[in-house]
Amino acid sequence: MTLLEVRDLAVSFATNDGTVNAVNGVSFDLGHGDTLGIVGESGSGKSQLAFAVMGLLAGNGRAQGSVRFDGAEILNAPLKVLNPLRSNRMAMVFQDPMTSLNPYMRVADQMAEVLIHHKGMSRAEALADCVRMLDAVKIPDAKGRIRLYPHEFSGGMRQRVMIAMALLCQPDLLIADEPTTALDVTVQAQIMALLAALQRDFGMATILITHDLGVIAGFCRKVIVLYGGQVMEQSPVESLFASPSHPYTRGLLHAIPRVDQEGGELASIPGTPPNMTGVRHGCPFAPRCAFATEECPERLAPLTQFAPQRWRACNCSPEELE
Amino acid sequence: MTAAPLLDVRDLRVTFHIRREGDMPWTPPRPLHALNGVNFTLDPGETLGIVGESGCGKSTLARALIRMVPATGQVIWNGEADLTTLSRHQMLPYRSAIQMVFQDPLACLNPRMTVGQIVAEPLKTHHPGLSRAEVKLRVQAMMDRVGLLPNQINRYPHEFSGGQCQRIGIARALIVEPRLLVCDEPVSALDVSIQAQVINLLAHVQRDLGLAMIFIAHDLSVVKHISDRVMVLYLGRTMEVATKANLFANPQHPYTQALLSAVPIPDPVAERAKVVIPLEGDLPSPMAPPSGCVFRTRCVRATVRCAAEVPALLGGDHAVACHFPGAAESARLHAGAHSR
Repeated sequence: MTLLEVRDLAVSFATNDGTVNAVNGVSFDLGHGDTLGIVGESGSGKSQLAFAVMGLLAGNGRAQGSVRFDGAEILNAPLKVLNPLRSNRMAMVFQDPMTSLNPYMRVADQMAEVLIHHKGMSRAEALADCVRMLDAVKIPDAKGRIRLYPHEFSGGMRQRVMIAMALLCQPDLLIADEPTTALDVTVQAQIMALLAALQRDFGMATILITHDLGVIAGFCRKVIVLYGGQVMEQSPVESLFASPSHPYTRGLLHAIPRVDQEGGELASIPGTPPNMTGVRHGCPFAPRCAFATEECPERLAPLTQFAPQRWRACNCSPEELE
Repeated sequence: MTAAPLLDVRDLRVTFHIRREGDMPWTPPRPLHALNGVNFTLDPGETLGIVGESGCGKSTLARALIRMVPATGQVIWNGEADLTTLSRHQMLPYRSAIQMVFQDPLACLNPRMTVGQIVAEPLKTHHPGLSRAEVKLRVQAMMDRVGLLPNQINRYPHEFSGGQCQRIGIARALIVEPRLLVCDEPVSALDVSIQAQVINLLAHVQRDLGLAMIFIAHDLSVVKHISDRVMVLYLGRTMEVATKANLFANPQHPYTQALLSAVPIPDPVAERAKVVIPLEGDLPSPMAPPSGCVFRTRCVRATVRCAAEVPALLGGDHAVACHFPGAAESARLHAGAHSR
């Protein structure tokens, strides 16, 4: 049964430099308890995609298409519909834990707020639940620390508080937007192990947004590769890494130095990511693609299924890339 | 007799004096030992990678070498001069020999200068006798070398993407023909596809110009790719220094092992099979570092001795600062025996 159904989602922003088309027609399904990774470079639209799903777009942003959560349309839905869902059935963990926690409120107060609001608990009940949740995310001395302010925690601990807060109502869907990008690699390993354990225990569907293919490889079952606001490839994680079917995915995988392998020259992708201002036809990757044909700048191939569970958007066939 | 190394750093220390919020005006500032006695040598043409978590003193080390922060100890250049004792004027010739590439590609470029002016500035400073035509010629040649187009010479930094700004920064560093390039997180602000371009560029110019390089990064995969030798820092102290092959294949220090095991591998099979050695807790405050070995509070092998004695950095080519060095396997078996 599908939990989240995204169809032809497009996000655009009206700016002084013209219309920025951040997301251009993205579709995917997410089942209960599934883990989906969304990978892309900065400007690929991966964060705006998440913000659109959560109804958190900036004032000049406009979302079109359809997002159905558990069968009900939630894209551009009024707050009356969204608020009972957000943080109750779908929650989000943001990239920067310092700026997404309220610096003026004790951790206890901002966490308890969620339960008091959504579950109608008393303050004492809510606080007891919060302490249990902080224990679950392995914050030592949770009972004492809950009275502290966010700035009194380290970066990794703050991200644990964010995760605990997102999980308080045991949501069906968790969206984690670059949850470890601001953290050191050892802390990143702790947080990803924690997220994986919680995902198993609570069985929530999780969307992990990141630019780090290594993090995706460890955590997700399915992957979507975004470029220029469009889906280049969608695949189960094993087959994506074993046999990438899109020139961009291949380029990305060859461009990362690996700690477990000896590397010669890195295969870099020439050129720079596309400018998202204005209307674009054709494949956004065409100017940087080694396999681009005359057709590519004019026409983007639709996302087509070429193997079980695998979709790709490319004018070349997988055989032509070999 | 062997030739003197290009750089011989001995007992380098940097201490900041920190006044905390809420301190009274008469409270004496507290010392923060950002670098606590670091030793290393660097040969001509060699690349030394420096890794560690944030707050371990990587950037302070880079800044101390070029005297952007006051340091004590010795930084002996080419066997001829101790850079820490030179006056401003005496330092000048060495400044063109050591150049730096910074982390934030846009912030390190003056927004009011054109690319041509930015790249020409060090040349005009260090070679005031050059004619304008000669300066322009060299700037154009250097821009071509780092992959910037000739028609971009009159543009301003904000017109460029992050990767191109980093190329401008590299051009500015290379124009005075340095012998040592200090790169402080040169690719960590860049996207993966652009990161590979800049790494390849750095590797090429290094090989072609015979540059020595100090490459600071928190990404171990990148450091492994570009370095000849690697030094691991923790709370301002060296934990382990070794050749790249030794350090990555056979790390001896428990911190290095934990750090290496935490690096995500972009391959689902390898990533899920790998054993992560967890590091408990957070980095201790550098204002109050643990006694003895600074790593002992998070170390699986820590004993009473670690709290009492600071371990010395021992061993020639593969130096380790640990009372109980050894391969990770023994630690894992040890942990396994405990759980049984």
